[in-house]
Amino acid sequence: MAAMTREETEALIQEVLEVYPEKAKADRAKHLAINDQSLEKSNKCITSNRKSLPGVMTIRGCAYAGSKGVVWGPIKDMIHISHGPVGCGQYSRAGRRNYYVGTTGVNTFGTMNFTSDFTEKDIVFGGDKKLAKCIDEIELLFPLNKGISIQSECPIGLIGDDIEAVSKVKNKEHNKTIVPVRCEGFRGVSQSLGHHIANDAIRDWVLENRDGDESFPTTPYDVAVIGDYNIGGDAWASRTLLEEMGLRVVAQWSGDGTIAEIEKTPKVKLNLIHCYRSMNYIARHMEEKYNIPWIEYNFFGPTKIAESLRRIAAHFDDTIKEGAERVIKRYEAEYEAVIAKYKPRLEGKRVMLYIGGLRPRHVIGAYEDLGMEVVGTGYEFGHNDDYDRTIKEMGNATLLYDDVTGYEFEEFVKRVQPDLVGSGIKEKYIFQKMGVPFRQMHSWDYSGPYHGYDGFAIFARDMDMTINNPCWKSFKAPWKTEATESEPVKAVA
Amino acid sequence: MPSVMLRKREDGKLLFYIAKKDLEETIESLEFDSPDRWGGEVVLGDGSKYYFEPMDTPPKIPMTLQAKRLSE
Repeated sequence: MAAMTREETEALIQEVLEVYPEKAKADRAKHLAINDQSLEKSNKCITSNRKSLPGVMTIRGCAYAGSKGVVWGPIKDMIHISHGPVGCGQYSRAGRRNYYVGTTGVNTFGTMNFTSDFTEKDIVFGGDKKLAKCIDEIELLFPLNKGISIQSECPIGLIGDDIEAVSKVKNKEHNKTIVPVRCEGFRGVSQSLGHHIANDAIRDWVLENRDGDESFPTTPYDVAVIGDYNIGGDAWASRTLLEEMGLRVVAQWSGDGTIAEIEKTPKVKLNLIHCYRSMNYIARHMEEKYNIPWIEYNFFGPTKIAESLRRIAAHFDDTIKEGAERVIKRYEAEYEAVIAKYKPRLEGKRVMLYIGGLRPRHVIGAYEDLGMEVVGTGYEFGHNDDYDRTIKEMGNATLLYDDVTGYEFEEFVKRVQPDLVGSGIKEKYIFQKMGVPFRQMHSWDYSGPYHGYDGFAIFARDMDMTINNPCWKSFKAPWKTEATESEPVKAVA
Repeated sequence: MPSVMLRKREDGKLLFYIAKKDLEETIESLEFDSPDRWGGEVVLGDGSKYYFEPMDTPPKIPMTLQAKRLSE
């Protein structure tokens, strides 16, 4: 199918909206748009970060998911208590594949689930005593933890527990960082507010711990990687490139990160932001308080990597600038070979994406490097500033959908007929059953890393093995194939 | 009275950011912008207008300031 024109896309949106009642239709219409590269600002065409409509299937998460699952969870040497009933922590345990090195249960705790396991009694009489007991138990059983964060689940806010008071008391008693995070799930419209709350908690309880302490030796080339959660090893694949060009990565936020790294971040010279949506708040804070500039970068696909490496290098002296060129040159043969191998197999394939808060725009470059075209993209919980940054990346007259509903997404895919859909686990089986090749772009479908030059090779291989998998040809039952095809068989019989 | 975070963009333009509103706009004009007086009415890229209480010295950017929204 050829690219759709503006009118066709417009007609498609109208057709999809047709089934909604009047009020819902008016609301949803604001979240669906046709990309227009001439626009500077997204608020002219799309509304985002609004409450989802009751009655439609949304794919969003909650503030607790944003704080515990995304920002705090990957900090490996802290223990994160899911404070409240057991389910929130258990059903999200280790689901995000934030890789780390360490001995789980001894000095790292990433894949474990700690919960205060609220029962009726705790709701009625308050859970502060139980929380205090939990913290004491943790200190006894896991003495090598470097700190504790308390991730509130909904009931904590509803019954009005004072987790800050408990934290302060226990902080004095155990002499460890204990961070209360008010990320109750009912706050805000999506996980995005959870990111913000988590950032603010880091700002208030952790970041200034080493202010005035100059014992950490710095170099002019210190940087922090912020907003890389090391999914399938992403942060490692990024880190090697930065180190190769001569920079010193002081901290990883927060994939494979430690609390000591976070405390040292105010000493760096430049903050590198990968996931803008979840960590821009802390970067802005550090810029203001510690005068550390920050830039966004993108390590998906060789074009964007080269662009990002040069932009990062521009903040440093000539040795780093030469370093960037050296790194690009060193990997050139490698990625050219990847493109030479996979581009002929993937050229012209069309992709629809619907992911969280960064990849809907960041992975476009990687697909384009493989000769593929992204024909629709959307954010679960992006804000206007994300769409501002998306408009220029996407082609004209392509679809933009914000907080897309299950129904809309299915209809769009049926009509646009992409060769690949990239989204999450909740969408995966719907589209596979429809016969559309699918990749999970949150967890890389248990593959990865996809960042960096090494990751690009894996990305290309994964896209190829999904799209060109022979199973998609066997989708029709043999007895349902065209009559003309079965004719010669009959004749032989 | 929203808190506004001001920062310089790479090309030297001032960015005006209100976290609560996801508003990130360039500052197109500033009423007083001299070493001895800074502030007053600002016009943003999207045409909206805000007001900073004039100060005797320019603030050290990046910085968070209180601004007043001016109606058209």
